[in-house]
Amino acid sequence: MKRRLNRRTKVVLYTCLIALVVAGAFIAGAAIPDSAVAADFTSTRQPPSWSHPFGTDALGRDLLARTLKGLSISLTVGTVASLISAVVAVLVGIAAAVGSPRVDAAVNWCIDLVMGVPHTVLIILISFALGRGLWGLLVGIAATHWTSLARLIRGEVMQLRSQQYIAVSRKLGKSSGWILTHHLLPHLVPQFIVGLILMFPHAILHEASISFLGYGLPPEQPAIGIILSESMQYLSTGMWWPAVFPGAVLVGIVLLVDRLGENLRMILDPYSAQE
Amino acid sequence: MRLEANHVSFRYDRRGPWVLRNVSLTVERGERVALFAPSGYGKTTLALLLAGYLQPTEGQILLDGRPLPQKGICPVQLIYQHPEKAINPRWRLRQVLEESGQLREDMLDAFGIERAWLDRFPRELSGGELQRFCVARALMSGADFLICDEISTMLDVITQAQIWEVVLAEAARRDMGLIAVTHNRHLADRICTRGLDLRSLGASEGL
Repeated sequence: MKRRLNRRTKVVLYTCLIALVVAGAFIAGAAIPDSAVAADFTSTRQPPSWSHPFGTDALGRDLLARTLKGLSISLTVGTVASLISAVVAVLVGIAAAVGSPRVDAAVNWCIDLVMGVPHTVLIILISFALGRGLWGLLVGIAATHWTSLARLIRGEVMQLRSQQYIAVSRKLGKSSGWILTHHLLPHLVPQFIVGLILMFPHAILHEASISFLGYGLPPEQPAIGIILSESMQYLSTGMWWPAVFPGAVLVGIVLLVDRLGENLRMILDPYSAQE
Repeated sequence: MRLEANHVSFRYDRRGPWVLRNVSLTVERGERVALFAPSGYGKTTLALLLAGYLQPTEGQILLDGRPLPQKGICPVQLIYQHPEKAINPRWRLRQVLEESGQLREDMLDAFGIERAWLDRFPRELSGGELQRFCVARALMSGADFLICDEISTMLDVITQAQIWEVVLAEAARRDMGLIAVTHNRHLADRICTRGLDLRSLGASEGL
């Protein structure tokens, strides 16, 4: 009993720590003033040093500051896009499970359609059609990431609807609305939260890769994808630091958020919550 | 008050085999009826039909000559065989009991439900403990008829006796009708006023 409790506490602490680090990266990026990433032609192409831990780029901008600022933008895009996606997924999933067979067929067709097209291609198309920039990217990512969670929610609701305790609840005189809020939602909230957080790394990576390809954020934004795309021009001249450090930070944050999602799933799932 | 099945036939889908064919039975208030049949003869299906969980394909289930109400607390309550399926695993047990109305302290005492159990999750109690909650929930709803679908089959003898004692006392006090689906003839002899064999009521075909 004591050992189990310890393990659970450890996971909870670990989860809080990750959340703090991610929040810290976001706040640090937002708090850095624009002057810190201004061009400084007296110190261009500096390799990593104590005054510039990540080095500087061809315009003399400090790469650590740019990376953090870029990360902050990526986190914002990731959060908003995956939040919209997750809400759409829940609504569509419930509609498919509760609605008529026609609604179900239509929803499944949509899911298959979106899943059948490679995400990157679809995001580029949507982002391009909406005039690129933050808005196009947001809509593109939100429109492509809801499918797997929607399928999960649909299955969950269908399975719940056939449960005996739901039938009992109806015979105890409870209305459909009451059953939805008291019986169904408590099962769906953990799926929603975990799905949301696991969607988040995908969203950030897509944001970075689409910006890298030049269909996302405009070049003046210090997004990670932009930094990486710029770094490609100088890589052959031996400037390795603009590619390595921002890339490593992006991968690090993505892995952390992924871990966060997995940990939350362990905590929220009643079958592993006590382990 | 009387609960009756009026020439009831049932199959699960339109091309499926008949599970029940032309079954009729009547249970008066205050009566305690045992329902027998070998496995696979549709005892549980009949229980589900009588409690309104399923609609008969042909015939009617009538309570005082009228169909069972679809809205509100159903006056016919069913207790399932497997309590762990009939309780939401994410609810604390207090919530489970309160779903059927106000908690009744005397009922908790009669079933030997410890107050500490109320704040636990279903996973943290045993099957016998959970079944007490299911029975208490059905009794607290104020039902006039109680259908027990093998509610004590998987319990130990002491728990069985305890649960049935409370059910019988409550049924006598409120003059409830009781239908007990069971394989156990000895149990049926002890608790019921009469026994019915499903095979003699117009049994199933093709099973």
